[in-house]
Amino acid sequence: MATSTFERRSPPIKLAELSSLSAADSAAINAVLARLKNLPGALLPILHGVQEALGHVPKDAVPVIAKSLNLSRAEVHGVISFYHWYRTEKPGEHVLHLCRAEACQAVGGRALEAHVKASLGIDFHETTADGRYTLEPAYCLGNCAVGPSLMIDGALKGRVTADRFDRLTGVTA
Amino acid sequence: MNATKKAVTIYVPRDSTAVSLGADEVAAAITAEAARIGIDVELIRNSSRGMFWLEPLVEVATDAGRIGYGPVQPEDVASLFATGLTHGGEHPLSLHLVEEISYLKNQERLTFARAGITDPVNLADYRAHDGYKGLSNALAMEPAAIIAAVTDSGLRGRGGAAFPAGIKWKTVSGAEGEQKYIVCNGDEGDSGTFADRMVCEGDPFVLIEGMTIAGVAVGATRGYIYLRCEYPYGERALNEAIKAAYAANWLGANIQGSGKHFDLEVRMGAGAYICGEETSLLESLEGKRGMVRFKPPLPAIKGLFGCPTVINNVITLASVPIILDKGSEHYKNFGVGRSRGTLPVQLAGNIKHGGLVEKAFGVSLRDLLYTFGGGALSGRPIRTVQVGGPLGAYIPDSQFDLPLDYEAYAKLNNMVGHGGITVFDDTVDMAEQARFSMEFCATESCGKCTPCRIGSTRGMEVIDRLVAGDQPVKQEALLRDLCDTMLAGSLCALGGMAPFPVLSALNHFPEDFQKSSQQQTPRVRVAS
Repeated sequence: MATSTFERRSPPIKLAELSSLSAADSAAINAVLARLKNLPGALLPILHGVQEALGHVPKDAVPVIAKSLNLSRAEVHGVISFYHWYRTEKPGEHVLHLCRAEACQAVGGRALEAHVKASLGIDFHETTADGRYTLEPAYCLGNCAVGPSLMIDGALKGRVTADRFDRLTGVTA
Repeated sequence: MNATKKAVTIYVPRDSTAVSLGADEVAAAITAEAARIGIDVELIRNSSRGMFWLEPLVEVATDAGRIGYGPVQPEDVASLFATGLTHGGEHPLSLHLVEEISYLKNQERLTFARAGITDPVNLADYRAHDGYKGLSNALAMEPAAIIAAVTDSGLRGRGGAAFPAGIKWKTVSGAEGEQKYIVCNGDEGDSGTFADRMVCEGDPFVLIEGMTIAGVAVGATRGYIYLRCEYPYGERALNEAIKAAYAANWLGANIQGSGKHFDLEVRMGAGAYICGEETSLLESLEGKRGMVRFKPPLPAIKGLFGCPTVINNVITLASVPIILDKGSEHYKNFGVGRSRGTLPVQLAGNIKHGGLVEKAFGVSLRDLLYTFGGGALSGRPIRTVQVGGPLGAYIPDSQFDLPLDYEAYAKLNNMVGHGGITVFDDTVDMAEQARFSMEFCATESCGKCTPCRIGSTRGMEVIDRLVAGDQPVKQEALLRDLCDTMLAGSLCALGGMAPFPVLSALNHFPEDFQKSSQQQTPRVRVAS
């Protein structure tokens, strides 16, 4: 591909100049990379690390991660979009994972799901207007004997009725 | 262990189901109340016995044995102390001797022998309860003899596929490769299952020991536990246990002076059901999208990073230590036919006594649902149960007497799978459940093969039209044809089994699909 047709006429655009990452975010991402990039199969641990540090994996982290692992941006983007857990938008203050799977359905999960969506005024993958809650679906939290189940910022709650949901979140419909 | 003062030992589980019902608050209340009334308490955060309707289950050590109380809420704690909790006094929440509770007493606990008894991350406690006996024996054996013991025990993959574990190990042992791996599949995505979670949270050392034995047997020096990210409690317990095992030289270089080396690490998944499929799990561990691989080559020949790899489910690996401890004969003597040993059954959904029942193969569903489970939680009749997770068939009452055994189930297009049993009462709408199976497959498909990727979405649409009464005879024929394509043409079990719940719902509960088309006759009904 060394033909002149493909030669760059202008100096390459530096990715860093386009990035909207704050200095603190960049530092956090670089710290994760420095810690994990030499692991075999490092991409998932790195994405977990970034999401843990920043609450999400910012779009502009993609080229930084790609460069450090010698991958293409498409490969990194492909991995982020494949897995339900990773998000590219900043979440609300609290992240709710509501179980949608069969064992919870058997004990009123569908009705709870309707209540949660109505009282928060959002659908799955959305954040309330006040930025307090992000709602995500989960397909089983392994709490199947005491459903319906909900995870609030990683803390598991069982036998969640509409009332208990309101008490746990302080949201009233 | 405080020997100078005689503290009373109280147990409150750290299992996440117990925590989801308030175990942390109960533990805090016990500590606070004990301090208030001046009683010296040693509070141990044990794991769960798996009797989840009794959680949080508080136990106290007495001369007669461990006395239980449950389900305990923080507001019960003061009255518990007032009625003599410290010596097992009577209280409305009394369960008396925990080991005598019939639910527990009528089980055959091999893999879950320590569940609820020990402090899960205390290595000394683990060793005091037969821990590391299996590995100690294995370290004195020839690798081939370890593999032979596992083969002779009849242990089959407990993740669902039921492939004989010993044969897999033998293949890896004979495969060429400088580096070999042991990978533990802890991506327990099936709804209605939590046995893997209970091992990771409740007895992590048994999994570590099982993986180390596997490493010694096949010559692998590295292991990974691939755990789903929905299990943060399991991740913490495993990492605490791994750290303790390294500190005591049960992991790392020259294990207990044997010259054997085994390193172990936990890796978290990222919310993709498909990564429970072994080849897609390996892709994910390598840092890629969890796309299913073509087989062959088998992972045993070319697995993780192209190297020979043993990949087994949590329960499979956690069953290995007892086989090496008590011998393959001991394990094999449980079970029926070609299904040897025990199966940790998980009772979930609409069930009064939900939890873990470890029984020898051959127990009937009816026994599990009524003798153990106590019927539906709602008090209504049980209409159907789904066995084996979201890809398992919906089983009607007429099949409840079938013995739980891989072959008997396979004959009816059912599957034992990972042993999850999700119970539904008579309010369930089976057309909705069938649609959900297709929806789930569409959400979780990796997208590599067409029957699964497209078929699942088309399946939802066809079910919608069928239920709406739009040319139902034609739609049903189309749905069956589509299911046939998915069954025969999918690359892995996701697309290949998603039709099972759909077809079983259609075959056993056709009335739920004809709500808007009662006048349409005759119905096409094909026997299962």
